[in-house]
Amino acid sequence: MNFHSSPIIDQVGLEERAARLMKRSIKKSSKETALKLALNMIDLTTLEGQDTDGKVRQMCYKAMHPHDDLPDLPTVAAVCVYPTFVKTAKQALKGSKVKVASVATAFPAGQSTLDVKISDTRFAVSEGADEVDMVISRGRFLKGEYNYVFDEIAAVKEACGKARLKVILETGELSTLDNVRKASDIAILAGADFIKTSTGKIKPAATPAFTLCMLEACRDHYYKTGQMVGMKPAGGIRTAKDAIRNLVMVRETLGEAWLSNEWFRFGASSLANNIILQLEKIRTGNYHSMDYISID
Amino acid sequence: MSSINFNTTWQYAPAPESTDHIALKEQYELFINNKFIKPKEGKYFETLNPSTGKKIASIAEAGEADVDAAVKAARNAYNKVWSKMSGKDRGKYIYRIARLLQERAREFAVIESMDGGKPIRESRDIDIPLAAAHFFYYAGWADKLEYAFPNRQPKSMGVAGQVIPWNFPLLMAAWKIAPALATGNTIVIKPAETTPLTALKLAELIQEADLPPGVVNIVTGAGQTGAAIVNHPDIDKIAFTGSTGVGKIIQNAIAGTRKKATLELGGKAANIILEDAAIDQAVEGIINGIYFNQGHVCCAGSRLFVQEGVYDEVIRKLKARMETLIVGDPLDKNTDIGAINSKSQLGTIERYIQSGIDEGAEMYQSSCELPKTKGYWCRPTLFTNTSQSHKIVKEEIFGPVLAVQSFRTVEEVIQKANNTPYGLSAGVWTDKGSKIFRLTNKLRAGVIWANTYNKFDPTAPFGGFKESGFGREGGLHGLAAYLKI
Repeated sequence: MNFHSSPIIDQVGLEERAARLMKRSIKKSSKETALKLALNMIDLTTLEGQDTDGKVRQMCYKAMHPHDDLPDLPTVAAVCVYPTFVKTAKQALKGSKVKVASVATAFPAGQSTLDVKISDTRFAVSEGADEVDMVISRGRFLKGEYNYVFDEIAAVKEACGKARLKVILETGELSTLDNVRKASDIAILAGADFIKTSTGKIKPAATPAFTLCMLEACRDHYYKTGQMVGMKPAGGIRTAKDAIRNLVMVRETLGEAWLSNEWFRFGASSLANNIILQLEKIRTGNYHSMDYISID
Repeated sequence: MSSINFNTTWQYAPAPESTDHIALKEQYELFINNKFIKPKEGKYFETLNPSTGKKIASIAEAGEADVDAAVKAARNAYNKVWSKMSGKDRGKYIYRIARLLQERAREFAVIESMDGGKPIRESRDIDIPLAAAHFFYYAGWADKLEYAFPNRQPKSMGVAGQVIPWNFPLLMAAWKIAPALATGNTIVIKPAETTPLTALKLAELIQEADLPPGVVNIVTGAGQTGAAIVNHPDIDKIAFTGSTGVGKIIQNAIAGTRKKATLELGGKAANIILEDAAIDQAVEGIINGIYFNQGHVCCAGSRLFVQEGVYDEVIRKLKARMETLIVGDPLDKNTDIGAINSKSQLGTIERYIQSGIDEGAEMYQSSCELPKTKGYWCRPTLFTNTSQSHKIVKEEIFGPVLAVQSFRTVEEVIQKANNTPYGLSAGVWTDKGSKIFRLTNKLRAGVIWANTYNKFDPTAPFGGFKESGFGREGGLHGLAAYLKI
């Protein structure tokens, strides 16, 4: 395939558009709706060398019970863990709608052979992962080996079976919007169910400009084929305000169909509690002490 | 064909900017010699809020005798104070105006949106900050005129008569007042009759800045007041921004007099999208080019030219983007398109839309809801299937109406872009630097934007070719327009 023909992105223009979207003022009822929607789109994430079964179980409880003081609060969308904790998470979440996502393919650097990446993926899926978050080979991409990157994604997609595949581009390493757009197109054409900005290990990650650029790739694919592709900004989204701004970008780029956790996710660890803080502010009129909000 | 549904369950709640902090009087007088003076004939007119059709304040109407008093005040201030003051001291006064304007930016923004109908996002982020920036910029030049024009011994002209339009009321006042003051001239200025309030608030601020009496005089009124300024024998320089029709009348009126003039008139800019442009950003540029300030922009990109290879994609994305534009209360922070400035302007726009339909062009309007107030509203509109012969392509509409034509080659588009009596501005969208240089060299327009549109800066000269006027405002060139050099 020829991936040299991805659309050109004018950085200045795209950043201006993103900045203008950031200016939407979301107040009152629309804020409350957005906060609950955003909470329901979170992939609650722990991806540390120090992760243990105990930590994962605690996080899973939080995923199902974000803040029981608030009635009618949705759960988060999924938990995101390393493949070795998929089984633990699956058990802990039994009976809930919260999905288990697993990173795979030698996350986060992706510096391994295709065989290792495939078996990593197969292991995660066999342990029960509903979703797989893979990383692309950024080195190969930057060398211009676009077909290698495409084939690798397609191979991992095949290994996923019924699990939905999220393809992490690692925007901070691709660095330009032109690259991010091209990588988005490759991932989408190779079978990604979601495209995802970052691992969370590299900065910058889900900046408004990168996210908007990827949303536009999803939109263009939809225009061409009628097929929807999901989007997951991850890394650097910590506040309720950041989350709402992302929802504004989704609303004005992709519209109604994407405003659900079926097609849009946030990869984040501390965002949930910030959203809860804001929802409590709306309920009580005051800011809670963070001591009232559980950390798991 | 898959289309995107922007009519989402999650909607934005109203987010109106508060009006608690503004101070408006019920009646405004003429500002002459730093005092608010009642008009000699005792006549007043109303200024309305175009988003509700309701009256905001009564405004004094200056007759010939009032204009004469204003010119005398300006002449007196010129002879006795302002022409003798050092540039450094003049600069201090202008800096003071700039700082006061910045401090009260929020109040000015709200009043600008109430009186003129433009969205608060624009008055807050563009009009007011740019107006302050103009004062800051020209304050800096006041004591450096001899460096700006070395060996020319620049001298001020005297009394400047200035007439400004309703589309950027405060910003146009700043464009006119700042360079005139920096170069040592005194001023009689007339704001437009539908939007006098921010100029009158500026009068209060000039009082507060303690400018010597008579240096800036603000007389309100309609066309007859403007004519009285233009025809006054003791005016040395006319600066006018407005329609080409009135510009021609002014030029006739001052022919054979010693009066110098700068005229910034209408436009019908070509906004050109080449097939190698960054399409999404170009679409955003088209939107900013035509729907900025309800299209009440002399340099609006009102003639869109799209190369045929990307025509379908551009039109599809443009229509989708139009669906996300919010038409509504100018004071709502989420409003993209506010109210049309006046009932009569809305009538003009509607007549042009009808003419587009009658001439067989294909109309598309966004499906957005219009506010249910008695204000003046117009949906963002575009016409495809148009040609250079259509009235909506030839004439300046001054509203949110875009006429789209396709083209095949660069030569063709240069020819068509220049095929207009106007020549104020143009836009070029391409990823290729060589094409930018080729087009910008051949387009007959005073301002050409490449891969952006409607960008303004005090350091950049602005003005037209052909029937879009002459003389430049902004930058070093803006100084020359107020100096004998």
